[in-house]
Amino acid sequence: MYKAKVNVTLRPSILDPKGKAAHHALQNLGLNEVQQVRIGKFIELDVEADSKESATEIVEAACSKLLANEVMEDFDITFDD
Amino acid sequence: MATFGVIVFPGSNCDHDAYHAMKHVMNCDVKFLWHKDTDLSGVDFLIVPGGFSYGDYLRSGAIARFSPIMQEVTKFANNGGPVMGICNGFQILLEAHLIPGAMMHNQHLRHVCKDIYMRCETSDSLFTGSLTKGQVFRVPVSHGEGNYHISDDGLKALQDKNQILFRYCDEEGILSEESNFNGSINHIAGITNDGRNVLGLMPHPERAMESILGSEDGKPIFESILNSLSVA
Repeated sequence: MYKAKVNVTLRPSILDPKGKAAHHALQNLGLNEVQQVRIGKFIELDVEADSKESATEIVEAACSKLLANEVMEDFDITFDD
Repeated sequence: MATFGVIVFPGSNCDHDAYHAMKHVMNCDVKFLWHKDTDLSGVDFLIVPGGFSYGDYLRSGAIARFSPIMQEVTKFANNGGPVMGICNGFQILLEAHLIPGAMMHNQHLRHVCKDIYMRCETSDSLFTGSLTKGQVFRVPVSHGEGNYHISDDGLKALQDKNQILFRYCDEEGILSEESNFNGSINHIAGITNDGRNVLGLMPHPERAMESILGSEDGKPIFESILNSLSVA
């Protein structure tokens, strides 16, 4: 069993209104050192596969078919070893 | 007489509005199609209605796009069958790649539920054939994710191929900054696919069919569709 961790993030060119709103709230808290906030999604998948390579392929398919919308989002996959 | 099919997903909530508009106002044959149905026979025009299919989990429309009926909708559309996605229906058609682009959260993060104005940009489509370029409609919107996005190249292709059918404007038909309430790129409210048989529209003309309910500006749009279907 492989445990995949997926981060889905908005592409850098895309405005992130949620991140902007959170950034604004952080400034109100006095945390003015925070220069930018971008909000994405974190997804965990338990994958039954023979090898890490095949698990990676499966998770990549899951991301590009459903978990991320590549018109506006990127994804990044890591595994717990 | 054309038969309309209205697809019902778990969480659809404008399915009955669409049914009522077509059945009782436009006097057409209409049937509901459950999202697990795979038989579209006898249907001439498909409406993918608004709502919150699957609770908008993950992204609006992302889960509904994998409902069994969507394979048939894709086949129907690829064979030239006319499909209209309204609001959440638009989002589902985007996720199904039947229309290019994606929807983001409204620029100001608020769910907007009010009447807005939109302008017809071309009469060159089966949806707008009887409308006039520049014609203004007052129709309701109700969405939180209607901020249309597409790449620069994608936008250029939409413009070059005249695929933008409706844009947000003010009462006079002017594309003022305030009129683009959700921040959509290029004021886009409704676009068609390359084949011009699939329409994605964020506002709700099916909710503006009777003056007693505030506006009947949606009617000419459905009349235009019926005109196109009767000559097809």
